[in-house]
Amino acid sequence: MSELTLMKGNEALAEAAIRAGCKCFFGYPITPQTEISAYLSKRMPKVGGVFLQAESEVAAINMVYGCAGSGIRCMTSSSSPGISLKTEGISYIAGADLPCVIINVQRGGPGLGGIQPSQADYWQVTRALGHGDFHVLVFAPSTVQEMADTVTKAFDLADKYRMPAVILADGLLGQMMEPVAFDESAEIKLSDASGKPWAATGHGNKRKHNIINSLYLQAAELEEKIRARFERYEQVKANETMAECYKTEDAEIVVVAYGSTARLAKSAVELARKEGIKAGVFRPVTLWPYPEREINEACKNAKKVLTVEMSMGQMVDDVKLALNCRIPVEFFGRTGGVIPGPAEILNKIKEMTGGDK
Amino acid sequence: MPEFKRPHALCDVPLHYCPGCTHGIIHRLVAEVIDEMGIEGDTIGVCPVGCSVMAYDYFNCDMLEASHGRSPAVATGVKRANPDKFVFTYQGDGDLAAIGTAETVHAATRGENITVIFVNNTTYGMTGGQMAPTTLPGQITQTTPYGRNTSVEGFPVKMCEMLSQLDGVALAERVTVIDPKSVMTAKKAIRKGFEFQKNKQGFSIIEVLSTCPTNWGKTPVEALQRLKDEMIPYYPLGVYKEGAVR
Repeated sequence: MSELTLMKGNEALAEAAIRAGCKCFFGYPITPQTEISAYLSKRMPKVGGVFLQAESEVAAINMVYGCAGSGIRCMTSSSSPGISLKTEGISYIAGADLPCVIINVQRGGPGLGGIQPSQADYWQVTRALGHGDFHVLVFAPSTVQEMADTVTKAFDLADKYRMPAVILADGLLGQMMEPVAFDESAEIKLSDASGKPWAATGHGNKRKHNIINSLYLQAAELEEKIRARFERYEQVKANETMAECYKTEDAEIVVVAYGSTARLAKSAVELARKEGIKAGVFRPVTLWPYPEREINEACKNAKKVLTVEMSMGQMVDDVKLALNCRIPVEFFGRTGGVIPGPAEILNKIKEMTGGDK
Repeated sequence: MPEFKRPHALCDVPLHYCPGCTHGIIHRLVAEVIDEMGIEGDTIGVCPVGCSVMAYDYFNCDMLEASHGRSPAVATGVKRANPDKFVFTYQGDGDLAAIGTAETVHAATRGENITVIFVNNTTYGMTGGQMAPTTLPGQITQTTPYGRNTSVEGFPVKMCEMLSQLDGVALAERVTVIDPKSVMTAKKAIRKGFEFQKNKQGFSIIEVLSTCPTNWGKTPVEALQRLKDEMIPYYPLGVYKEGAVR
């Protein structure tokens, strides 16, 4: 690895995308993800890639559909209201089994909401990022370095399972600056369609024509396609969950948080430990598939679980489901762009563990 | 004498189009041009939502099925990643001139180096004949049962006229396929569109006035007559713009 560079989360992610071979980027301006577009508009022409500012979020995701359909690694990025606009295209991408990477640097909602950090799109991304029966891979980085590292993982798994991958960041991660390292020894090699025999690349008079499509008018045929896709999802669930445990080994209270909120939770846990409370943090890195085995392992000594989010409580449902309601699960959150402070998380921990200890 | 046979770029499968619909002729013309230019292996087509939704089964080149109206954006994604391939879209009027207006206008103004085949039959055929953006004033459709009233539903969109104002457009031409002469003109226009693309000269759109006997409630012959008597006066045939953008 090379020396450290101070970068914004959005910029680190953009640079990492190029290093992951992302050849084409299609986007539309929206705060707080703008640096991704700005960075790629500078870098892409220098490395022989494509940066194109689309006329809308809808057009951008459909450009991704076309580009991914021709077998090329490509990406789009947006923030919450823009992601809502992209959901139609994401459904078609999932329905046509195309790999791509979609970035959501979340801001407050609903509606135009605000431009401050938020985690209120959890339900959308894990439950219904478009119409129909499908899932997308969801990664939740929590540092600038992880913003970079996750992109490569997202592209690799999207290709492996032929499905869209979403990086669910937030305005805090996108805008903060931290030192980040890239592997400078690795040569930048932008993607081609090799290894994707299904892609619409032009058949070159060498094979039957390829069709990229999500339309199946015969109900039984559509059901079969969907069932096959869900069998692939089972493989994803079995093999691709990721999570981090922080001081959970002896933890009697486990705080579950993802993304930037997990960092605040760690600070709160440090404060709690100083007061003699055995607390730890469980941080899911993949939100779909949800790390169910890992959370059960992390909570093996827990008497209580606290889920902390920048929302009114969305991931808390998955925590309860994963733990099968075996352990009481409570929630603390701030929303609308308000960032929860370690002190208020600590107060909640103390309230749950019997007041001032 | 050359033998009259199916172009290679057109798959040997039954088409689902209604009797008297001109989609079949237009498909054939596109396929003939692809054959004559010898580009089937280097061509990627994008088909729409509407009557030609299943065109991916009819063209022998690689195909993508786009969501409603988004074909020009999908084609942009394909073309930007594969600038040396031929990319065309095949779209109807609801797809191109209503739900996909933004994608059409912006692909055109970017001078996106693609060829758009635009089939205008003044109605939403696939869903049973509702008012389209191109439905003529007074025309009766399922959703204009008293005839299109321009004071309520506004006026038809004239795409070639509109797009010819944009600097990115290399070719905007309106043709039809109602008799042998117009079929030959249409084929020449489609060929021109692909030639412009070959020379990387900008966006081309060929609007083909088409019939929909089923939803117009006419016989195929009556439908051709209506196209001649009512559509052509409102949508005059001809070249609206021609010349390399770059």
